[in-house]
Amino acid sequence: DYSTSCMVTSNPISKILVANRGEIACRIIKTARKLGVPCVAVYSEADKNSMHVAMADEAVCIGPPLAASSYLNAAAIIDASVRVQADAVHPGYGFLSENAHFAELCKQNGITFIGPPTNAIKAMGDKSESKALMSAAGVPVVPGYHGEEQSASFLKLQADSIGYPVIIKATQGGGGKGMKIVSKSEDFVENLCSAQREALTSFGDQRVLVEKYILEPRHIEVQIFGDQHGNVMHLFERDCSVQRRHQKIIEEAPAPNITKSFREEIGQAAVNAAKAVGYFSAGTVEFIVDSVTKEFFFMEMNTRLQVEHPITEMITKQDLVEWQIRVASGEPLPCSQSDLSISGHSFEARIYAENVESGFLPAAGVLHHFQPPDASSTVRVETGVHQGDVVSIFYDPMIAKLVVWGHDRSAALLKLHNCLSKFQIAGLPTNIEFLKSLSKHHAFASGEVGTHFIERHKSSLFASLPKEKKLVRLKLSAALAACCICIKDAMKDHLSPPEISTSSSGNCWGFLPAFRLHYEHRCHILLNHGEEGDLEMPVTFCKDGNCEVKVDDGNGTLMTVRMELNKFESSSFTATINGVINYFSAAFYMKDSVEYVSVWSDDKHHEFLIIKPVLDKNVELSSFQLSDRKWASMHPLGVHAPMAGRLVRVLVQNGVKVNKGDPLVILEAMKMEVCYFHLTTSINNILFVFLLQIYQDFFIIINS
Amino acid sequence: VLENVPQVLRGMSSLDDGLNVLQYPVETNSASYIERYASMQSLVNDLRQHVSKVLEGGGGKAAQKHKARNKCLPRERINHLLDPSSPFLELSQLAGHELYDEPLPCGGIVTGVGSIHGKLCMLVANDATVKGGTYYPTTVKKHLRAQEIAAQCRLPCIYLVDSGGANLPRQADVFPDRDHFGRIFYNQARMSEAGIPQVALVLGSCTAGGAYVPAMADESVIVKGNGTIFLAGPPLVKAATGEEVTAEELGGASLHCKESGVADHFAHDEMHALAIGRKIVKSLHMAGFTHRGNGFIQNPQEVKEPLYDVEELYGVMPTLRHESFDIRSVIARIVDGSEFDEFKKLYGTTLVTGFARIYGQPVGILGNNGILFTESALKGAHFIELCAQRHIPLVFLQNITGFMVGSRSEASGIAKAGAKMVMAVSCAKVPKITIIVGGSFGAGNYGMCGRAYSPNFLFMWPNARISVMGGAQAAGVLAPLEREKRKREGHAWSPTDDEQFRAEVIEAYERQGSPYYSTARLWDDGIIDPVDTRKVLGLALSSCMAVPPQPTSYGVFRM
Repeated sequence: DYSTSCMVTSNPISKILVANRGEIACRIIKTARKLGVPCVAVYSEADKNSMHVAMADEAVCIGPPLAASSYLNAAAIIDASVRVQADAVHPGYGFLSENAHFAELCKQNGITFIGPPTNAIKAMGDKSESKALMSAAGVPVVPGYHGEEQSASFLKLQADSIGYPVIIKATQGGGGKGMKIVSKSEDFVENLCSAQREALTSFGDQRVLVEKYILEPRHIEVQIFGDQHGNVMHLFERDCSVQRRHQKIIEEAPAPNITKSFREEIGQAAVNAAKAVGYFSAGTVEFIVDSVTKEFFFMEMNTRLQVEHPITEMITKQDLVEWQIRVASGEPLPCSQSDLSISGHSFEARIYAENVESGFLPAAGVLHHFQPPDASSTVRVETGVHQGDVVSIFYDPMIAKLVVWGHDRSAALLKLHNCLSKFQIAGLPTNIEFLKSLSKHHAFASGEVGTHFIERHKSSLFASLPKEKKLVRLKLSAALAACCICIKDAMKDHLSPPEISTSSSGNCWGFLPAFRLHYEHRCHILLNHGEEGDLEMPVTFCKDGNCEVKVDDGNGTLMTVRMELNKFESSSFTATINGVINYFSAAFYMKDSVEYVSVWSDDKHHEFLIIKPVLDKNVELSSFQLSDRKWASMHPLGVHAPMAGRLVRVLVQNGVKVNKGDPLVILEAMKMEVCYFHLTTSINNILFVFLLQIYQDFFIIINS
Repeated sequence: VLENVPQVLRGMSSLDDGLNVLQYPVETNSASYIERYASMQSLVNDLRQHVSKVLEGGGGKAAQKHKARNKCLPRERINHLLDPSSPFLELSQLAGHELYDEPLPCGGIVTGVGSIHGKLCMLVANDATVKGGTYYPTTVKKHLRAQEIAAQCRLPCIYLVDSGGANLPRQADVFPDRDHFGRIFYNQARMSEAGIPQVALVLGSCTAGGAYVPAMADESVIVKGNGTIFLAGPPLVKAATGEEVTAEELGGASLHCKESGVADHFAHDEMHALAIGRKIVKSLHMAGFTHRGNGFIQNPQEVKEPLYDVEELYGVMPTLRHESFDIRSVIARIVDGSEFDEFKKLYGTTLVTGFARIYGQPVGILGNNGILFTESALKGAHFIELCAQRHIPLVFLQNITGFMVGSRSEASGIAKAGAKMVMAVSCAKVPKITIIVGGSFGAGNYGMCGRAYSPNFLFMWPNARISVMGGAQAAGVLAPLEREKRKREGHAWSPTDDEQFRAEVIEAYERQGSPYYSTARLWDDGIIDPVDTRKVLGLALSSCMAVPPQPTSYGVFRM
């Protein structure tokens, strides 16, 4: 094991400043700690109580929440490094990781930039330049225009000559931002403008490139590594084909259904690409692979550690962050190409705060409940948050990465599904259910991966169960939730029984929940499940100390859910359903002064709002309270933005007339602009009411 | 001496560990157990049937009409008022049972103890679906009994008022006497004086005398639309003064909250009223009330359940009253860990006395194991004094046919010994709870804290019997007297006459000694399932604990 071998270097690193946040900052700190190198965290004002700050040895505040003023503020980070006398900076991924100017600044200040040489970043940072370079080095590239001429008419001409479909991308871009696919000539200009606008807001540079769009593409990337002594090797490939909104959600290594010779060929091409720019440190060469012809084309090279690097670590049993640190301090690569082999198979699933149903739009909010599966040698949970933290609109909505390893692909996939089922998050919408359904999908299981996978299998991915069966599962979960509510109440009384005496003995009022003489108490718990509406659960407090709910199984037979009243555990519960013991989890939390209960049972997660009678005089008294969300979506003239965001522009003014279909506002979240339109009939003399709260959904109500 | 004790034993456990554990297993396969079990089970089934019937209140149309007015049934109101998982120790569910020509479910009123915001309260809820919530004599008695318990245990009273006032056809048995309708308001005044909060929630009508319930309360809530308070309703007003006025104008929520000041809190609907009721209780500041400085309970101990299944109590109790059984087998199924520190075990053995805990609460238990002899009575008096001295609540398990009769017994001064026990019971200022598990006959009832001795609570098992003496004994006394009387009047008295007379006496005693006869008349606070004994005792004991310990003094003991 090379990690225990002693470090022979002329330039040892003694303190690392981690110029990032979230899980990647935590990931880097873990390895640095393993190597005995102290770490300094930087944080924005929004991240003061973050996990990465708590994990570091020192932490420096570098500015206000907006990334541009903090994590993208190179001067502040350099200043922090100097202040804490860090002799190296690890940029993580995103933010300044591929910013040549920042790398240069580090160098000028005598700080080691743990990453590639500035020239390589520059060369690969420009999509057009990099493709020209690669072409020259004999690495196949996708036909396209990568030049400086940016006029709409010229670019359209180029697109016409490449042949549709084409893709428009921001020259400086990455991560799917500022990308547009155009299938016919007439749509080109409109999409071009939009791509340029997004490119400008995201990267401060509105230049774009135009490329041939491959219809049946796979996204395969190769992890490469180089040292400062001219050695470059690859650590095999990853398949990141399954994407939504052009962003990866599930990655695997090695890529399924490829031949040994293809692997060697693509690996070598990646090594050649790196060598062409004098690369060292970790890098990823992304290829687009035509599933039909098995041709591969160079797309871009990411000159940083990738989000999905852990799956490579899992199949090679190497620590890439450690390699980065060693290479940065001048050591040669710890092993040679022939020393490496692929062991087993690994998957990474990215857990995002997002609304899957509304097209994977990013969400934000408080992680009221966060309970990942237990980590082990085959399960890694990479996260930078804990329960109670906020997923803010300022940064990436990724909550965690779940990385699993198995002896082969099917074993790893099974493990992935199992771990996803145990991944408990409540308080904001996530893509966990979607990932579960993806990991169980027959086509995915057979390795039929491609960038169109989700679109193609949409119907089967979203409709996993027939409606009636789904409803029964939902009702069972509601029954479990209702029992938990009663048990929680009973336990509250148990822990603080009625004040009778100053001594706590001799008071059984808390031991005998809802005791009644000669009959059994029954209460009705009202729950609201967004989709299915209100559910009434009659709970009987049985003589034998159990609470009981009967649920119709859809065929007129009753199923009995029973739980012991005097047995409250923090999150794991035991119930019997028709006499069969069932273990499940539940969590309670308050959001906007409404209480919610989440139930994870039998591989499904259901969330319910606990409806309580509203007795405030100011509210209609016989009614029950509704969450803001429901209220707004029920407003006849309401427009409901299904994600949180910043207001970019209001397109209408109070007092004017709006017609159906008129654009109202543009919101921006995750660097994506979304326009909202007026949905109902024409209104004269409108009056806008905005219900805008950060971390919450956005509502627009119009009153005439 | 220590040398004889094995070294290993010392230091491994306390010397007295397990010494007090009662060993009273029962043979659950034996014929007698099975027979006893079946017999008790059928009694309990009858009881449940009777109760389930009265739980419906007025039922049917009355309930529908009630609900149509956006009103909840009394137990629903109570459920909303109580903490979600609070027990409700309901009292005298079968009051009024077969007492009148017409049924009067639950005596027309629901009473019991429950917890609101962690405070134990006495709840008194009219059932408007039963005769419009009007007060029958039994209704009055049940209301007064609830107040008596509240006063004795210092429990805040919450009145859920929905009543037409006194039942006019029965006014003679409702209105004039000391313990009639007027006593309700007297009690409210006296409890308020003593600092026991009186809260009224006016959820329906409060007419005539009933108007005083909210008026006498410390705080009152009234529901818009449904709640009305007036001394005379619109028809009577029209007759008296000619004024035409609606009920709402005459005594509705608006009037009383804005103008008259008869009520304090305005509620939009019933749920709102109940919520305000909870808020009122939440902010009650009952200084000194929650303190019971029985200093010797320092470390709350883990509550141990009895070692034996409580359900075995069904098979322990003999079907025939003359069959004997050991009261310890009942105690073993009631107290924590079946642990019973018996006092004077070998003296006066027909009365079992000793210390135990029920849900951690220390109690002194007196249980009958046969007829009371002079020694047993002296032992009982001694034990009661001991508990009073230590402020330990007393639990009486009554199964008593009386004190021993006969020349030897009289000569031993049994009347004097019995008097000592009665004196001790009467004067001991500790909470007392009586459970009649079998017979309760004669002066035994007195010594064992019968109703006349004001135990805080008194419950009966369904197999219990209560009368001055057994039916056969009564017949034995009465038959010769009747024969003499007939002879004097010149009538014949055949053996058949004698037999018939005796049968009639026995039948009357049997009927009047039945727990249903007793509970219908509020001679007790309810019939309980033996299985619930431990729970009911626990809840009842806790309900008594708000009263600070008081010193006990006695009258003259005849020595």
